[in-house]
Amino acid sequence: MKKLINTPETLLTDALDGFAAAHPGLTVDLEQRIVTRPPSPGKVALVSGGGSGHEPLHAGFVGPGMLHAACPGEVFTSPVPGQVQAATEAVHGGVGVLHVVKNYTGDVLNFALAAELLDDDDIEVATVIVDDDVAVTDSTHTAGRRGTGATVFVEKIAGAAAEAGESLAVVHELAREVNARSRSYGVALSAGTVPAVGRPGFPLGDDEMEWGVGIHGEPGRRSGPLAPARDIAAEALDAIATDMPLTGEALVMVNGMGATPLIELYAMFAEVAHWLNARGVTVSRSLVGNYVTSLDMAGCSITVMNLTPRLLDLWDAPVETPALRWGR
Amino acid sequence: MTAVDAGLCARWMAATAALVTEHADELTALDTAIGDGDHGLNLRRGFAAAAEAVGDTPGAVLKAAGTALVNTTGGASGPLYGTFLRRAAKALGDDPTATATAFAAALGAGLEGVRRLGGAAEGDKTMIDALAPAVAAFTGDDFSTAARAAADAAASGRDATKPLVARKGRASYLGERSAGHIDPGAASSALLFEALAGLT
Repeated sequence: MKKLINTPETLLTDALDGFAAAHPGLTVDLEQRIVTRPPSPGKVALVSGGGSGHEPLHAGFVGPGMLHAACPGEVFTSPVPGQVQAATEAVHGGVGVLHVVKNYTGDVLNFALAAELLDDDDIEVATVIVDDDVAVTDSTHTAGRRGTGATVFVEKIAGAAAEAGESLAVVHELAREVNARSRSYGVALSAGTVPAVGRPGFPLGDDEMEWGVGIHGEPGRRSGPLAPARDIAAEALDAIATDMPLTGEALVMVNGMGATPLIELYAMFAEVAHWLNARGVTVSRSLVGNYVTSLDMAGCSITVMNLTPRLLDLWDAPVETPALRWGR
Repeated sequence: MTAVDAGLCARWMAATAALVTEHADELTALDTAIGDGDHGLNLRRGFAAAAEAVGDTPGAVLKAAGTALVNTTGGASGPLYGTFLRRAAKALGDDPTATATAFAAALGAGLEGVRRLGGAAEGDKTMIDALAPAVAAFTGDDFSTAARAAADAAASGRDATKPLVARKGRASYLGERSAGHIDPGAASSALLFEALAGLT
């Protein structure tokens, strides 16, 4: 294992320390392990969190127009209820808080326990569970679909609605709508290495790839010979379009898993755009880059959302976070 | 031995922490095969905190240990093991000692809490596959005999997860590929009962 670290044990603290130094406009509480911005009185606040190793998710999306707070857990391990409670108490603006939770058993359980604690504090909490990953096909016989790339769309659009002063009910409904209109599919060319473990999460030959991966180094549904970008885009988009018909205007993300260069992500995006255009889908907005990573896994995920005029307006609304900023 | 006191519960947590530390690499290897490889690390951190739990009654010790697990472990295992101990603690109440029968009922309450929180049933290839047979086997008036039977049942339940296809938790994303591996949650649950049986 070769990593830019001091020790595996101190990595999360060291990274949060660096995050604080790089982004003085945000508050990093190393004791509670939360990243916050000042509360906005009279506005809904968004709080998210999950295991570390997916940077810039979630702390990189704290800022005006998006999250109010992020709770980073240990690498690939959900935060604990106390963290979520502390973050929610620190940022709520008096009119409710939306918890954005990716559908993993640990995240769901810890956020649910936090919501119980917050109920005792009289802070109104609504929760949106993001579950956009179509690679989990048998979702009634599993823990359900995983939350992956669509988390960025949910946090951006619900965050814009909160910033505009919408009620918790409206922000919650929009977040659910974004999730319902989004689908993702991921592939890996190599597994990531959890620093404290020191070995790649799954074995993969030099000429092999893994189809249908999540973002925690868990193996996917199958391995196979390495395929060209064109074939990967086609299989991923087939899976997405089979699950949710794609029509009209789309918001499309080609997301890097952490160890894939941008030049390859753009090559993937070309294939994705060609595929969509050939089927009458307009790529209205796009993101290409590393947004929901999986440590140093190589590969990408593709996320497509069927847009509406309102969702497009909220996507275009100003945002100012470490990892996403425009319009201000 | 017939009665469970606060000291025994504290020793149970310390013994579990020691066993989890001893088997951390093994738990991690199991979790690397069908999960994300952090089960050993997370539980070592969680049970180290649980082992610090103090209290005057069995219920107080297990409540403190459960709370420490929830607040320290993260992942799914923290809330699930935390809930197991906290529900058991609630069933034990404020009594300074518990009979083996009362302790069995408390374990049953803990299991019920885990079922409700996690939504898993037996055969889903989760910790339930070790916890449920262990709790069922913990019967009779003699604590030592009951604990030994529970530990053996948990170990059998753990081994029986190997051919199963996971239906809950992160291993479920693998579908058929999860078969052929022991479930790491069932393996750690077996350690919890092995620690209990080793106390006397």
